[in-house]
Amino acid sequence: MTDRYTGTAKTLHWLMAILLFGLLALGFYMHDLPLSPEKLKLYSWHKWAGVTAFLLVLVRLAWRVTHLPPALPASMPRIMQLAAHAGHFALYALMIAIPLSGWLMSSAKGFQTVWFGVLPIPDLLDKNKELGDLLAIVHKGLNLLFVAVLAGHIGAALKHHFIDRDDILTRMLPKH
Amino acid sequence: MKRFILTLALAAGLPLAANTAQAAAFNQVQTDKSAITFTYQQMGVKMDGKFRKFAAKLSFDPAKPTEASTTIDVDLASVDTGAPEGDQEVAGKPWFNTKAFPTAQFVSTGVKAVGGNRYDVTGKLTIKGKTQDIVVPATFTPQGNSGVFDGSFTIRRGDFAIGEGAWAKFDIVANDIQIKFRITAASGK
Repeated sequence: MTDRYTGTAKTLHWLMAILLFGLLALGFYMHDLPLSPEKLKLYSWHKWAGVTAFLLVLVRLAWRVTHLPPALPASMPRIMQLAAHAGHFALYALMIAIPLSGWLMSSAKGFQTVWFGVLPIPDLLDKNKELGDLLAIVHKGLNLLFVAVLAGHIGAALKHHFIDRDDILTRMLPKH
Repeated sequence: MKRFILTLALAAGLPLAANTAQAAAFNQVQTDKSAITFTYQQMGVKMDGKFRKFAAKLSFDPAKPTEASTTIDVDLASVDTGAPEGDQEVAGKPWFNTKAFPTAQFVSTGVKAVGGNRYDVTGKLTIKGKTQDIVVPATFTPQGNSGVFDGSFTIRRGDFAIGEGAWAKFDIVANDIQIKFRITAASGK
C-alpha cells in the first residue's frame, strides 16, 4: 500500500480548500446584504463557484475511488481511525449535498443558475416560494454542519502534527 | 307537441343569434383572462415577472381594424419580480418611483392590419414621466364570444430611466426588457 498521496489528490484537496473557504465566506457575507447590483453580482459569482466546486468534487471522488489514499498510521486507535473515516465521509457527503441544495434552492426561488453567465444549468424544480424558503434553511444548515466538520478536520490535522507528531498533515503538503 | 317545442326554441333563439351577429366590436376587457408579463436578462440569467393589476379599455372591430383603439394603465406597484425584496426595490425611487409615478400608460394612436390576424398598434408609452412612440405587433384570435389579443415588444429601460444610480449600468440588469401581453375582451352589446 502506498504511503503518499498522488499529486492530483493534493492539488484537488488544496484547490477545493481555497474554493470552499471562499464560497463559505462569500455565502455568509452576501446573504443578508440589501439588494444592490453588487449583491446580484456576488450571488452570481457564488453560484458559478458552487457549480465549479460541485464538478471538482465529482472529479475528486472519481480519483479517490481509483487511487487509494495512504493508510492511517497503525499507531492510531481503532476508534480514532473510524472517526477519521466517518469525518472524511461526512466531508464528501456535504461537498455533494451543499451545492445540490443551493442548485435546488435557486430553481425553487426562480433564479436559474447560468454557469459563468453562459451555460444554463437546468432547473430541477419549478418555482415554489415555500420550497425555496425551506431549501434556503437546508442550504444554510448544511453549511453550518460543514463548518463544524471542517473545524474537526483542521483540528484533527493539527493534533496529528503537533501532539501525535505523525505525518498525517505533512503528507498532504506539496513537497512530501 | 315536438314541433311546437321546436318552434318555440327557434323563436326564442333567433333574436339571440341576431344580437351576437350585430355585436361585432370587442370592448369588454376581461382582466381575469388577461396578463401583462415581462422578461429580462440578469447576468445572463433569463428572469421573468408580471404586473398583477392593470386596467385596459379596448375597442376592436375585426371589420374595421383601423378604428380600433386601446388605453392600458398598469399599476406599477403591483409588480411581481418573483422575490419580495425585488418587488420592493423595483417600486422604489431608482426604478419605477411608484410614489411619484404610480402608473404606466399605453395609449394607441393607430392600428394597421398587416395580414392574417396580425396588426401593428402604434401608440404612446409613458413610464416614469417619459413618453416614447412605440409600435406593438399584436395578433387577434377570436374565441367564441370573445377575442384574445397577444403580442410582445421590447423597450429599453434606459429610455425611461428605469433603474437609476447604481443600477444605471446594464452589466447586471440588461437594458432590453421584453413585455408580453394577453388581453381578452368580450364583444359588447
